[in-house]
Amino acid sequence: MAWAWFHRFASPPWIYGFAQRWAPWFGGSAALLMLVALFGGLWLAPPDYQQKDAFRIVYIHAPSATFSLAVYTAMAIAAAVGLIWRMKVAHAVAAACAPIGAWLTVATLVTGSLWGKPMWGTYWAWDPRLTSELILLFLYFAYMALRAAIEDPAKADKASAVLAVVGVVNVPIIRYSVTWWNSLHQKATTKLLGDPDMDGSMVWPLLLMLLAFALYIAAVLLVRLRAELLRRERNASWIREVLG
Amino acid sequence: MRTPALTAARLVAGRDLRLAFRKPSQLLQPLMFFMIVATLFPLTLSPEMSRLRDVAPGVLWIGALLSSLLALEFLFRDDAVDGTLEQFALSGQSLTWMLFAKTCTHWLLAGLPLALSAPVAALALGVPAAALGSVVAALALGSLALSLVGAICAGLTLGARRGGVLLSLLTLPLAVPVLVFGADATRLAIAGESVLPPMYMLSAIVVLGMTLAPLAAAAAVRIGLE
Amino acid sequence: MLSVQGLHLWRGDRHVLRGVSFDAGSGQCVLLTGRNGAGKTTLLRAIAGLLDPEEGKVLWRGESTRATRDTFHSELAYLGHEPPLKGDLTGYENLHYGVGIRRAVAATEIDAALDRTGARAFADRATRRLSAGQRRRIALAGLLLANAALWLLDEPTTNLDADGQALVAQLIRQQLDRGLVVAAVHQGIELPAGKVRALELEAA
Repeated sequence: MAWAWFHRFASPPWIYGFAQRWAPWFGGSAALLMLVALFGGLWLAPPDYQQKDAFRIVYIHAPSATFSLAVYTAMAIAAAVGLIWRMKVAHAVAAACAPIGAWLTVATLVTGSLWGKPMWGTYWAWDPRLTSELILLFLYFAYMALRAAIEDPAKADKASAVLAVVGVVNVPIIRYSVTWWNSLHQKATTKLLGDPDMDGSMVWPLLLMLLAFALYIAAVLLVRLRAELLRRERNASWIREVLG
Repeated sequence: MRTPALTAARLVAGRDLRLAFRKPSQLLQPLMFFMIVATLFPLTLSPEMSRLRDVAPGVLWIGALLSSLLALEFLFRDDAVDGTLEQFALSGQSLTWMLFAKTCTHWLLAGLPLALSAPVAALALGVPAAALGSVVAALALGSLALSLVGAICAGLTLGARRGGVLLSLLTLPLAVPVLVFGADATRLAIAGESVLPPMYMLSAIVVLGMTLAPLAAAAAVRIGLE
Repeated sequence: MLSVQGLHLWRGDRHVLRGVSFDAGSGQCVLLTGRNGAGKTTLLRAIAGLLDPEEGKVLWRGESTRATRDTFHSELAYLGHEPPLKGDLTGYENLHYGVGIRRAVAATEIDAALDRTGARAFADRATRRLSAGQRRRIALAGLLLANAALWLLDEPTTNLDADGQALVAQLIRQQLDRGLVVAAVHQGIELPAGKVRALELEAA
């Protein structure tokens, strides 16, 4: 019973159809939620006691940071599934995740930098979270570079899958070491990019934004996945039927 | 009678050692590179020993990292080109175990000599003599960790174009923990404090590396042989 | 002993192996023929387990070679296009290490094998100083020393003179007394008719 469901997921035409039907729904609901959340966060919520209006960037920064890591994990899981069960679709999912995760990491760094200006006066500080995000960006680059450098697509899939799994195992170790490093040289005890103490009216827009981001990422992933499948399966017969 | 695993590992190590000593210049190059890099930093910063002492951990470890990246090039490359890696995969022995033997031998030929010659660079950077033992120990452990992690990346880049730069791109993010703990140990040694906390962390990374890295490297090599 | 069933393999977009199947028992030699690019090397590597076919399987003594990989490999000797010899080691040392990781091999055995393939005379020179034909003779000695039941040979007569080619035919005939051979060849090999099967591969 469960295997039937699993095997359906493994079928490229089925996934293609699923992605085609559901992407607009995910995208639409994401847009709606984002509007509501941003209204709540940018308009309704009062300015923070310490940071005034600067804290509002958390509504983009925090979900970006969370999902930049979540997407890497999802990419590694998809890659592992592709390696172990030899599913082409899983490898396509991993390939589709990488640029999404990389952009999320860039967004985290940019919003973090913009937040830093009013907070510390500079556009960059070696804060543990930002530094970890920077290294995560390098991990994404490494994954995408390896994929690009190997000619044979099947080999590229498998090699980058190994890299993704090795990377995901290393991420906690890297984060721990960066925190260690940062604590050695910390002059003040205040966290540099501390999420402000948020009261209720500030929190619900954030949670809503997290959900909105999740839906948005799902939508973009489904669209990219369709493109990946089109490229990979371009010689297969089902493509001709689907495209008419 | 199939060769027992330990004997096979000894043969793998023995072959690599014999080959290395027939072409010793290949061994010296990463070492020379390390020395040159260590010299370049004072030229770009300041000749004042007290200032250099502050940056010595960074200089030593970045130099060691870059030198290791160069040395990693010759871990699998020759074997991949002449078909020896393929014979490993077809030998009926555990590829993981043989790659582990190769990586440890590589460390004996590249990482350990680097650690042992580091005092020369360290003294030139103002590191007090009392700290040298810890500097060597930290670099020895750190270079072993780098060899283990680097073996995975070397295996992954076997089938890729322009493997050298790609190898660095893959290895550098994974090398961050080793850099952090190694440099911290060196800094503490220079300050005369206990180096045990970061050394424990480095040892933990080495142990984790020894158990998991050869597995990943074997998977990478099999993929690369396809 | 060896059963290849319905192998399909793609390299990128090319459908290189399209349902290759054959059975071979002890004492048989399967000769793979076909033009360049037809997939002979790919088939040999797929049987050896170096390549993963998308579909189909390879059975050795009735069991899937994927499931019993290490056991299968200990009974297999594979000789590719280039003999796997280290240029800085002598022929003798190459065999000592190369065969040694598979099975314990005594110095006298190595000498005997080198004699058999006519390589004894130059086995003490670094292999980078040998001609391609001499290197191949050393590799053939390694093949003998492997004591394998299955030989997978990719163009074994490359770089060999007429004597060398006769040697390869002899060695294969000897091997057929105790096991089987699958060889990719461009030209025929002198073998008794009853023991040879030809399998022609066509390029995609």
